[in-house]
Amino acid sequence: MDIATTQLKRCDLLSVNGRIDSYTAPQVEDALKSLLDKGRFKIVLDMAGVDFMSSKGWWVLIEAQKACRRYNRGEVVLVDLQDKLRESLNLVGMGSYFKVFDDVTTAVGSF
Amino acid sequence: MTTEVFPGSYASLHPIREFVVKAARQAGFDEAGVYSVELAVDEACSNIIEHAYGGESKGDIRCTYQISAESLTIILKDRGKRFNPENVPDPDFSAQLENLKVGGAGLFLMRKMMDMVTFEFNENGNVLTMVKYRPPSSD
Repeated sequence: MDIATTQLKRCDLLSVNGRIDSYTAPQVEDALKSLLDKGRFKIVLDMAGVDFMSSKGWWVLIEAQKACRRYNRGEVVLVDLQDKLRESLNLVGMGSYFKVFDDVTTAVGSF
Repeated sequence: MTTEVFPGSYASLHPIREFVVKAARQAGFDEAGVYSVELAVDEACSNIIEHAYGGESKGDIRCTYQISAESLTIILKDRGKRFNPENVPDPDFSAQLENLKVGGAGLFLMRKMMDMVTFEFNENGNVLTMVKYRPPSSD
């Protein structure tokens, strides 16, 4: 799995490529934690390259979302979710905790 | 009936998923159906490693699939601690974000993704059977 972080003026862009399961979710968790540790709470997560995501991965995002939204200091937003991931997110009922955008420009502009 | 045995570690999740994805494609599921099977089996095996074995490299996961005229059946066996699904409450996704408690989503997802999910425990360990009905044949 590849994770790239780009610091932008308004927020940080985290691009993930690969499969997020119990084996790889800790890498995503570490990448998110290193942003939170730097006081960066506005995060755009580009999911275009993610073709599998288990509940372990969603919980990592939920925990990051809790930390970011605390004191209204920011948010984690998702971009370009593949249909199968979007369906499972909604089916499991976690969809209401995330804004999902179709492209990175709109997502960055939301901050 | 086809069986493979995988080490009970998180690194096995990807090969286990590939094994059942191949079965789901063979059974004629569309991409959404294949993903349902892939996700349900991943969640089940993650639970086996985390809860039945209590960690990685404590035992194997024996994975079997069978395709009948009506359905795809997947059987996962482990030799870990007894798993009682009644002890796992469904997560409450109507909760406010800050009150949301982590956990329990795996079993919930398995039941949503598959048509039948049953757990048995015998002297050899846990037997999890998941069934998904095949789409109607196009021919």
